[in-house]
Amino acid sequence: MEFFLVTLLNSLSYGLLLFMLSSGLTLIFSMMGVLNFAHASFYMLGAYFAFQTSQAIGFWPALVVAPIAVAALGAITERYGLRTVHKYGHVAELLFTFGLAYIIEEIVHLIWGRAPVEYKIPAVLDFSAFSIFSTQYPAYRVFMMLVSVGMLIALYFALTRTRIGLIIQASLTHPDMVESLGHNVPRVFMTVFAGGAALAGLAGVIGGNAFVTEPGMAASVGTIVFVVVVFGGMGSLAGAFVASLVIGAVQTFSVGFDYSLLNLFALLGIETSADSAWYDLWKVTISQAGPVLPYILMVLMLIFRPKGLMGTREG
Amino acid sequence: MIGQYIRGSAIAAALFAVGMGAASANTVKIAYLEGLSGPFANVGEVGLRHLQFAADRINAKGGVLGQKIEVIPFDTKTSPQEAQLVFKQLVDQGIRYMMQGNGSAVAIALSEALGKHNSREPEKTVLYMNYGAVDPSLTNDKCNFYHFRFDADVDMKMQALTTYMAQQKDITKVYLINQDYAFGQSVAKAGRAMLTKKRPDIQIVGDDLHPLGKIKDFAPYVAKIKASGADAVISGNWGNDIALLIKAAKDAGLKAKFYTYYAGGLGTPPVIGEAGVGNLKQVTVFHSNIGGSGAAAEVEAYRKRFPDSKDDFYWTTIMTAVDMLTRAMEQTKSTDPTKVALAMENMKATQVTGEAYMRPENHQLVQPIFVSTFSKANGKDVKFDVERTGFGFQTDARIEAKDTVLPTTCKFQRPKG
Amino acid sequence: MAYQPPPLIHRKRLLTWGLTAAVLIVMPLIFKQSFALSMMSQMGIAIIFALSYNMLLGQTGMLSFGHAVYFGLGAFFSVHALNAVGAGNFHWPVTLLPLIGGVAGLFFGVIFGYVTTKHSGTPFAMISLGIAEMVAACSLMFPTFFGGEGGISTDRVVGNAVMGITFGPSIQVYYLIAGWCFVCMVAMYALTQTPLGRMANAVRDNAERARFVGYNPTHVRYMMLMLSSFFAGIAGALAAINYELVTAENVGVVASGNVLLMSFIGGIGHFFGPIIGAMLVTFIQSALSNYTLAWLLYFGLFFLVMILFAPGGIASLITLHKPAWEVAQVRKLVPSYIVAGLAGAVLLVGVISLIEMIYQVETKAEQSGTEMSLFGIGFDAATVMPWVVSVCILFVGALLLWMASRYVRSSWTQVAAVINARRSA
Repeated sequence: MEFFLVTLLNSLSYGLLLFMLSSGLTLIFSMMGVLNFAHASFYMLGAYFAFQTSQAIGFWPALVVAPIAVAALGAITERYGLRTVHKYGHVAELLFTFGLAYIIEEIVHLIWGRAPVEYKIPAVLDFSAFSIFSTQYPAYRVFMMLVSVGMLIALYFALTRTRIGLIIQASLTHPDMVESLGHNVPRVFMTVFAGGAALAGLAGVIGGNAFVTEPGMAASVGTIVFVVVVFGGMGSLAGAFVASLVIGAVQTFSVGFDYSLLNLFALLGIETSADSAWYDLWKVTISQAGPVLPYILMVLMLIFRPKGLMGTREG
Repeated sequence: MIGQYIRGSAIAAALFAVGMGAASANTVKIAYLEGLSGPFANVGEVGLRHLQFAADRINAKGGVLGQKIEVIPFDTKTSPQEAQLVFKQLVDQGIRYMMQGNGSAVAIALSEALGKHNSREPEKTVLYMNYGAVDPSLTNDKCNFYHFRFDADVDMKMQALTTYMAQQKDITKVYLINQDYAFGQSVAKAGRAMLTKKRPDIQIVGDDLHPLGKIKDFAPYVAKIKASGADAVISGNWGNDIALLIKAAKDAGLKAKFYTYYAGGLGTPPVIGEAGVGNLKQVTVFHSNIGGSGAAAEVEAYRKRFPDSKDDFYWTTIMTAVDMLTRAMEQTKSTDPTKVALAMENMKATQVTGEAYMRPENHQLVQPIFVSTFSKANGKDVKFDVERTGFGFQTDARIEAKDTVLPTTCKFQRPKG
Repeated sequence: MAYQPPPLIHRKRLLTWGLTAAVLIVMPLIFKQSFALSMMSQMGIAIIFALSYNMLLGQTGMLSFGHAVYFGLGAFFSVHALNAVGAGNFHWPVTLLPLIGGVAGLFFGVIFGYVTTKHSGTPFAMISLGIAEMVAACSLMFPTFFGGEGGISTDRVVGNAVMGITFGPSIQVYYLIAGWCFVCMVAMYALTQTPLGRMANAVRDNAERARFVGYNPTHVRYMMLMLSSFFAGIAGALAAINYELVTAENVGVVASGNVLLMSFIGGIGHFFGPIIGAMLVTFIQSALSNYTLAWLLYFGLFFLVMILFAPGGIASLITLHKPAWEVAQVRKLVPSYIVAGLAGAVLLVGVISLIEMIYQVETKAEQSGTEMSLFGIGFDAATVMPWVVSVCILFVGALLLWMASRYVRSSWTQVAAVINARRSA
C-alpha cells in the first residue's frame, strides 16, 4: 500500500512534467508538421538559464526570466532558421532541428562545461511536505505538480478564451483553411514555436534542480517526449496529456514488478535453467524492461492506430 | 566524376596524415587515448592533467635515460572502434607506449588490437598502461602480456567492500541496484556471491538492473528499496545514475547506507551534495583523505599546478604507472617495450597509499583498497573536499594489499627478453 | 507505350564504372600509411551503408531513424559466424562472409519491415525510431549475443590461406571491402534502373498515383526496405571484418543518425550523393578530430550551413553546373567562384580563430596555458587583441562574402541567358 501510494504520486509528478515538455511539442508538431528534435534542447537551456539567473537574482525571478529567454531563442529559431528551410520540405526542417540540437549541446559544453552544474532546489522548498506511512514526500515535488497544473489551466484558457488561441486551435486541425481565411500563419507559427519553447524552458527550470542539470539532459528526455506526442496523437493536446500520464505511470509502476517470463514458465510447468535457449531473454523482468516499454507501446500504437490515442489525423 | 572525388579527398587525407607524423624526436612518447571530445571529454581531461603532472615531475628531474617524456593526446571519442583506428595512428607515428583507463569497452578493444598488432609485427611492439578500466576479464581470460593494469578490478574492489561489510554487524538486508550492462551485471553477480559467502545470515532482498543512463526519476526504485526493508544498498552506478539515486533516497527519507564504486566520480559529488553525508560510501584505491603526509602533499601539489580546474588529485594509478615505467627503463637502460615489460613484472612501488607490486601472473597491480564515507570537510580527518564542494571522504577501513588478491585464469605467452 | 528501361551498359556508363574500379585499385598504392588505409576501408563500408540508406530516403521517400539496426545486426551475425568458422564448427570463406551479414540484415528487414512499411511519412519515421531504441536497449541487456559493453571480438585470420590471402594485413581487407563496395554500388545502381526502382520513385513522389497505376505502395516500400537492409547487412559484415570487433554502438541511434547525416550532406537526390557524403563525413570524423577538440562544433555548423544553403547536398551543387557545362560556359563562373572562395576563406578564418580561442580558454588553458598558435601565428588568447582581430576578420569576411555572392549571381545570370538562348535555338 505504501509502495502503491508513493509510486502513484511519483508517477503523477513525472507525468505532469512530461506533459509540460510535450504540450509545446504537440502544438508545434501538429501545426507545422515538424518533429522538433531541438525541443528537448530548449528544456535543457531552460535549466541552464535558470541556474545562471538563480545564482544572480534568485530562484523565483528565474522561474519567469528563464522561460522568457528560451521563448526568445525559440522565436529566433523559427524566424531565421525553420522559415528559411521550410520551402525545402519537412525532412529539411526536421534535419535542421536535428543539427540545432547537436550545436546547442556543444555550446552548452563550452559555456557550462561537461559536468553537471550545482543547480539546487531553493531552501524554502527543501523540506518534506508530508509522510505516507514512513516515506517522506518532498515539498519540491508538490511544488512541481502545482506549477504543472497551473500551466495546464493557463494553457487551457489561453487556447479557448483568446483570439490567438482560437486561431491556433483552428490551425491544429485545419491549417490550410486558416491560411485561406487570411490569417498570418507564419506569425502564428512563430508564436506557437516560441510558446512551446517557453513551456519546455519552464519544465527545465523546475526539472533541472529536481533531477540533474547537465549537457546530456536533453538527449535523455528527447525521445521519450516524442513517444508521448506520437502516442497521444497528432493535433490533440488532450491526447498528449493522457499519454504523458500513461507513460509516466508505465515507467514508474513497472519498476515494482519483478516478474519475468521465467515466472510464467514456472507457472506453466516448463522447466528452465541457465542453459536453456534464449535464457537471457526469458529472465528479463518487467522492471528491467520498464524504460523500454514506452517504445513498445508507441510501436504498437502506430501499428494499430497510426492516428495515436486521440489524434485527429495521420502524419 | 565519382572517381574524381575519391581522389580529391584522399589526397587531402594524405596531406593531413603527413602533417601528423611530425612529433619531435628524442623523447619518450606516451600516447594518451581517451574521449577528448563529446560528453565524456571532461573525464578524459582529468586523466590527461594527471599524466602531464606525472610527466612534468620526471622531466623536472631530467627525464628518463636523458630523454624527456612527451605526452601525446589522442581522441578516441570513447568509442571502441574509433580507439582501434587511433591505435593504428599511434603505431604509424612510431609511439611505443600508450595509456588509457576510461571505459572497459575501449580497453578491451585496445587490448585485442594490441595483442594482434604485437604478434603480427613483433619488431614494433606497443605497451599498454591501463589506469582505470576495471573489467576483470582484462587480467583474466582476455589478458595480454603487454597490458598492465594499475587500478583494482571490479572483483578486487568487491572483495574489499564485502570484507568490510561483513564486519558491520548491523547489516542484515542488502539490496543490489545496478546499471544493466556488463559492468553493472558483474557488480551484482560478484556482490551477491561474495556477500553470501562471507555472511550467510545476510539476506539479499532485491537485485535490480536498470538501463544505463536512461532513468530520470529514481523515486520508484527508492520506493521499492524502502518497501524491501533493506538497510544497505550496493551499487556500481556512476555519473547521474548514482547522483539521482542518492538524491531520491534522501527525498524519500530512506535510511539505508549506500555502498558504491563511483560516488566520488568526477561531477557526481556536486550533484549529491548534502544528500549523501554520512550514508554514502565508496570503495577506491585512493581518496584525498587517506592520511599520511605523502597523500596530502600530492593533493596540494596538484591543486597548485591546476588551480582553476575543480577536479582533484585522484589517479594514483597514473603516478604509479609512470613511476614504474621510468624505473623499468632506467633499470634495463632501454626503451624497448618488451624489455621494459619484463622489468615491470613483479616490480614493487611505494605509492602514497602504501606498498604495491605488479603481479607477474596477470599484470595486475596489487595495492591497498579503501572504504570511505561521504562527509563534511572539517579540516582534520576530512581535510580535503572534492571538487570544492565542502564535502569530502573519510576513511572507514583500509584493506591491505594481500587481502585483495584473487585467483586468476590468465595464461599469457611471455616473450624471451 | 511500354516502359523501356534504359540500357544498363553503354559507353559512358562503362567508362564511369571502369574509372571507379581503377581508382579503388590504385588508391592504396598511393596512400600506404596504415591510418590512411584504414580510413579508406572505413569509407568503403560507409559508402555501401549510405547508399543502402538512400534507397529508402532518396529513392522511396522513407525517412528512417533506425537503419543502423540492420547494419549492426548484420555485423553481429557475421561476427558470430566468423567465430564459428574460427572454432571449426562451420565452413564458410571469409570472402563471402558479407553474404551472411546481408542475409541477416534481410531477415530483420523482412520482420521489422512488415510492420514499419505499412506506414509512410512521420509514422514510419517514428516506428523506425522506436525499433531502433528497443534494439539498442536490448543490445545492452543481452550480453550473450551482443557481448555487453566490450562487444564481440573476433579474428579474421581463419582457415587456410587461399593464394596467400589470409586477410591478416589491412591491405587485403581493403581490397575485400573495395571489391564488395564496387559490386554493391553497381547492384544498387542497377536497381534504380529496374521497374521496382522507378516505382519506388513514383511512390516517393505521389503514392496515390502509384496506386492508380496498379502498384501497391506498401509492397514497393516493403521490397525496397528489404533490399536496403540486405545491403546494410553487407556493410555491417564488412565492418565486422575490418574492426574485428562489433559493439553495441553499431546498432545504436547515433549510428542511425550518422548515416542520415552522410546521405543528406552528400545529397539524397542523386545516386552518387551518398557516396560523396560517406567519404566526406568519414574523413571529417576521423581526421578533423586530430586537429581540433572543437570538431563536433565545426561538424554541426557545417551540417546546418548545408541545410540552410544547399539542402540538395553536395551532389546538387555539382549537377547544378551540368547545363552550364554542356554549353561550355563554366569558365565564365570560375572568376566569381574564386572571389567567393577567397571571401569565404576570410570568413572561415574569423570563425575558426574565434572558436579555437574559446576552446583554448575554456578547456585547454589548464594544461597548456592560453598561449596558442593558429595559422602559424602565435599569440595569447588571454589578451584582448586577438579577439578584436578575429571579430574584425569575421565581419570583413561576411561583408566580402555578401559582395561576392552578388558577383556570383550576376555571373550566373549571364550564363543562364546563354543556356536559355541555346535551348530555344
